[in-house]
Amino acid sequence: MIRFENVTKVYARGARPALDRVTLDVERGEFVFLVGASGSGKSTFLRLVLREERASAGRVFVAGKELGQLSGWKVPALRRGIGAVFQDFRLLPNKTVFENVAFALQVIGKPRHHILSTVPDTLEMVGLAGKEKRRPHELSGGEQQRVAIARAFVNRPQILLCDEPTGNLDPTTSLGIMRLLDRINRTGTTVVMATHDDEIVDQMRKRVVELSTGELVRDQSRGVYGSDR
Amino acid sequence: MRLQFILSEIGIGLRRNVTMTISVILVTFVSLTFVGSAALLQGQIGKMKDEWYGKVEVSVFLCPETSSAPTCASGAVSDAQKDDIQAALESPEIKPYVQHVYYESQEDAYKEFQKEFKDQFWASAATVKDMNSSYRIKLTDPKQYQVVADVVSGRPGVEDVQDEQKLFDKLFLVLNRATLLAGGLALVMLLAAVLLITTTIRLSALSRRRETGIMRLVGASTTFIQLPFMLEGAIAATVGALLAVGGLWLGVQYLVTDWLGQSVQWIPYVTTQDVLTVAPLLIGVAILLAVISSIVTLSRYTKV
Repeated sequence: MIRFENVTKVYARGARPALDRVTLDVERGEFVFLVGASGSGKSTFLRLVLREERASAGRVFVAGKELGQLSGWKVPALRRGIGAVFQDFRLLPNKTVFENVAFALQVIGKPRHHILSTVPDTLEMVGLAGKEKRRPHELSGGEQQRVAIARAFVNRPQILLCDEPTGNLDPTTSLGIMRLLDRINRTGTTVVMATHDDEIVDQMRKRVVELSTGELVRDQSRGVYGSDR
Repeated sequence: MRLQFILSEIGIGLRRNVTMTISVILVTFVSLTFVGSAALLQGQIGKMKDEWYGKVEVSVFLCPETSSAPTCASGAVSDAQKDDIQAALESPEIKPYVQHVYYESQEDAYKEFQKEFKDQFWASAATVKDMNSSYRIKLTDPKQYQVVADVVSGRPGVEDVQDEQKLFDKLFLVLNRATLLAGGLALVMLLAAVLLITTTIRLSALSRRRETGIMRLVGASTTFIQLPFMLEGAIAATVGALLAVGGLWLGVQYLVTDWLGQSVQWIPYVTTQDVLTVAPLLIGVAILLAVISSIVTLSRYTKV
């Protein structure tokens, strides 16, 4: 689903590479934790998959397409197949829960009847049934993240990218979010999650990929957060 | 869904930047009023040319008894001199330029004079002897005035040669200068309008960074993201253009048709119909402004 072949990303000329000759394969339907200290290249990895950045060297494949070859006007189509969730939720404060999720479908031109049938289903799936009319500030952090996940998943993407989705949440709430991501993963969606949360990684026992100063230092199936444990 | 969504986004954008929107409307209004004025001035010139160039004549005024011009040293023009002039005008070199010639006698001129100035007290002091008899020459091509003038001027018995077109040309020069002035001001104001629209679109894009960020993330197309901003600029500019058309319409109706048209009646004036002819041009310019500003701004602020 996602393949990195010797991918290097240098932001500023002469600076240390943010990613250094990373080679990695993520299969369809896998759940992968991307771990490593701040600045290790996790976010850069996710940005490359979304084609918010282009690789300086090497090749990035997503859903069978090489992103280096992809012309600009095809990028939106690529992103429609990828959901993204962030630590800071990125919700629109003046829209309701329903409108926030519907927004993702409206802006890619989905018809109204499709939106009216899909959004409630998705909200129910993430456990927000009955809170459609709330605004983000009336929700807890965990609920806000569920809205963000609903928005990322409402178009049923093949890939879900999560950049520290539990970074702002307490452990109990985080666990709920992880159960939700696990459920989404079981529907066949490939999930790549960058995280600092060792408890979660240790509990889930999924594939763990560790980056350190841009280099891939560990790739372990059913792994834990720290390599020294 | 799409259309409704885009329209609501535009509404939000216009309301959020209401002061900027108003200033865009006003600046385009003023600049396009200047553009329109320039166009109407040119229209006015065209009308007057159409109306007058067909009628202009070269007048060869012959010496009356009282003239002090050097070519009139022998007193009033003699019949021999007249024949001479007439022959010159009918010579093969000059003939092609002349459509027809008619002779106005002193008596004819006196009647015409009394008719024209009957209300003036000094008109009664003039006598038939003071009048110029003249040849009125209608040219096939009014621009060829000089050729004809060269042949007759300076001949004995000719006091003066006058081309009516020259009088008009002075007026046209004034109007052309006014057009240039209006055009120059229009250019400055248009530049201001472009800059202002650019700033407005930029502000609007910045204040909606969060939305556009999410739009990009979920795969909205570039056109879809940029369209509301472009239309915002275009709508504001078009409203400005419509105001300009309205302003010009009122201006022409009340200043030209109702006031100038009543007080100076011998000039053919531009009408409100001409304003409507200019209107598509103004609206076109407004949309062009908005498009230019959008392209300049959006390529930088809402990149995918």
